[in-house]
Amino acid sequence: MHQVEIATTQETLLDTPEMVLNMGPQHPSTHGVLRIVLRLDGETVIDLDCDIGYLHRGMEKIAENRMYTQIAPYWDRLDYIAAVSNGLVWVETVEQMMGLAVPPRAHYLRTILTELNRIASHLLWLATHALDIGAVTVLLWALREREEILKIFERQFGARLTCHAWRVGGMPNDAYDDFSADVQRFVNNFPKRLDEYETVLSENRIWLSRTVGIGIISAEDAIAIGLSGPALRGSGVPWDVRKARPYAAYADMDFDIPLGENGDTYDRYLVRLEEMRQSRRIIDQALDKLPDGPVNAKLPKIVKPPVGDYYHSIEGPKGEIGCYLVSDGTAQPWRVRVRPPSFINLQALRQMCVGHLVADVVAIIGTLDIVLGEIDR
Amino acid sequence: MQNVMALFAPIDFVNDLLVRFLNLNPDTINFVVWPLIQIGLVVTLVALWVAYATYLERKISAFIQARLGPMRVGPWGLLQPIADGLKLLTKEDFIPDKADRWIFFFAPYIAVAAAFIVFSVIPFGPDWAVITDVNIGLLLVLAVSSVGVLALILAGWSSNSKYSLLGALRSSAQMVSYEVGMGLALIGALMFARTLSLSSIVNAQGADSIWFVVYQPVGFLLFLVAGIAENNRAPFDLPEAESELVAGFHTEYSGFRWSLFFMAEYAAMVVVASVATTVYLGGWYFPFVYGLTEAKGYHNLYVFISVATFLIKASIILYIYFWLRWTLPRFRYDQLMDIGWKWLIPAALINIAWTALTVFSAQALDVWGKHTIERAGGHLNLTAAGKGFMIVMGLIGLVITGAVLSRINWRSRDFHLKTQRRNIRLVDVPKGKPAVS
Repeated sequence: MHQVEIATTQETLLDTPEMVLNMGPQHPSTHGVLRIVLRLDGETVIDLDCDIGYLHRGMEKIAENRMYTQIAPYWDRLDYIAAVSNGLVWVETVEQMMGLAVPPRAHYLRTILTELNRIASHLLWLATHALDIGAVTVLLWALREREEILKIFERQFGARLTCHAWRVGGMPNDAYDDFSADVQRFVNNFPKRLDEYETVLSENRIWLSRTVGIGIISAEDAIAIGLSGPALRGSGVPWDVRKARPYAAYADMDFDIPLGENGDTYDRYLVRLEEMRQSRRIIDQALDKLPDGPVNAKLPKIVKPPVGDYYHSIEGPKGEIGCYLVSDGTAQPWRVRVRPPSFINLQALRQMCVGHLVADVVAIIGTLDIVLGEIDR
Repeated sequence: MQNVMALFAPIDFVNDLLVRFLNLNPDTINFVVWPLIQIGLVVTLVALWVAYATYLERKISAFIQARLGPMRVGPWGLLQPIADGLKLLTKEDFIPDKADRWIFFFAPYIAVAAAFIVFSVIPFGPDWAVITDVNIGLLLVLAVSSVGVLALILAGWSSNSKYSLLGALRSSAQMVSYEVGMGLALIGALMFARTLSLSSIVNAQGADSIWFVVYQPVGFLLFLVAGIAENNRAPFDLPEAESELVAGFHTEYSGFRWSLFFMAEYAAMVVVASVATTVYLGGWYFPFVYGLTEAKGYHNLYVFISVATFLIKASIILYIYFWLRWTLPRFRYDQLMDIGWKWLIPAALINIAWTALTVFSAQALDVWGKHTIERAGGHLNLTAAGKGFMIVMGLIGLVITGAVLSRINWRSRDFHLKTQRRNIRLVDVPKGKPAVS
């Protein structure tokens, strides 16, 4: 529809041939190996087409040949920015299929650590998004805070990025000794840092002119495409899996959902910033209420969910990440299907970009916050 | 003739050496040997300045970004620029298969030449510290530096790459637009100096012992903004916008040729900083220096201190460039054009009109007996009352320019950005049935 409008306005001008620009897979700001074929009129995008699959590993197929406990590390590498969140979907799906009762301490630790991971993921989003729009310094500042979270992860899980965080039935081990103190220190320092980013960006005229009114998507379109996460809430749809179907310990937590109004890049920017504040709030509460006790449920020798299928989803940093699991009663799943939020969010790209300039394509890819590891699987 | 000879005369001890050991006659010394020495010195020093500008930029960006910057090569990484230069020199000289070989080959040299030729007229200091003082100096600076755009277009076109082409087209549009604003911004200061010779502009500021930035706040700001855009620096670094166009016009360049572009960019930055210093910040002048050195007979010391003053002033402007680059996001192409044509050029025109009015009313006041002008021949030599009048009018000009600009741009989208943006609202959605029992 957009395309036709632009074509008619251009006819009155000089005859300018279209140019096809191949953006990626090796491009600094397609956030991985995404290839976008742009059709340009001057610098205006007439049409675009995404080409994915450069990072395809066949993860869903591999899962059919692995034991339930062995599949978990593959999930960590879907959205490698948020390994902790992704791992949680898998173990919770299996636990719920088997009807395992996970101890409350494990639930609370899961809540704290996934929220820390959400902050880490949003910080990386802020860093790269700002870098795409040209504010280089925010990159370093955001990574500085992310480093604090990664240090906690390193001490807890033994890895910074590809943490294999959870086990079916609970956690591999209890929180390390200074865990509460470390997290509390981060929680106390974080709001100041967030305000720092806001002073550089939120009121900045250039930032405003690059984000306000760019990549607008209405609430209806957002629902129709199936957007989830901050991209959906930026358009003003109050949908958050943590609220709608509380998992882990979210039912006990008190937090708000930030909603945008315009559905533009700036709204999504504010929504993500506010989500970081809310995450901090959740962590603060969970730390206060953190119960004592074991962190593991009693498991059978071999994990074998009963015959049947099950769908479970959680609110990942990028959106609703879900797992559809079909079990035939053996030690290996019959079929595993991921609901990848980045893949579904990426479908909005064309609608958001057409009619904008090349520079906005980069900003819009940034605002969608995609991860190619999850899109290609 | 004697006068002209004096202009080109070398430092005494250099002259003595040349006469004693090479037995050259004064004409050869004055017109051939000494200029060559000067050129060699300036090229070396500017190249060094450029190299260490990259070092400084890295250090300053590191300071802004809470990290250390280069620390490994030499103490505090001081030898980093040399290591970088060596690395680039020894890299493979790669020319893409489908590129237009000769144009691809020559474009970097045009860029560097255009940036370095300008230094021939920049007055680094009084007396022997300037290579030549042509009476169209400022015009020459503008003309030569605008040749730089040619190099960018040729580089982008000959690379036979779409990213390079887009970068080249952007840069040509950008540099052409901002050249206009830059030239117009300078006119206000020229009304006070009444000459295009850069040395005379500096002298005009020295004689009045007041820098033109005080009379011309609007002109100075406009020149700085136009200068950043002219040099393709952030936030106007669209031709090489890394996140969109990979590296813009020099995407396909590597090794030594790339380093030439890099050098040209920094040299052009030094040029703009030097011109801003010369025209607005009083060039090599600094209060009390003359009285403490030249007046007591230490002529060469005076020149050295003056050169140092000039370099420090220009470096402060360079620092502002670095500071902006590492703080601000990048404009979009159409917004850049908006700023050029709807903000910068109207502002420069308003500034010209207002400055003309100011100068004219100062003269009128003088005629009516208020005694504002000391001496009208040559540059405008003002009395204390005249200076006060000019400063006040300059500040009023700032307000008027702002008012007129906001009226012009009242209906543009970007003017009301803050009202267009929406704040987010926080809602507490009722919780659903837990997924986990």
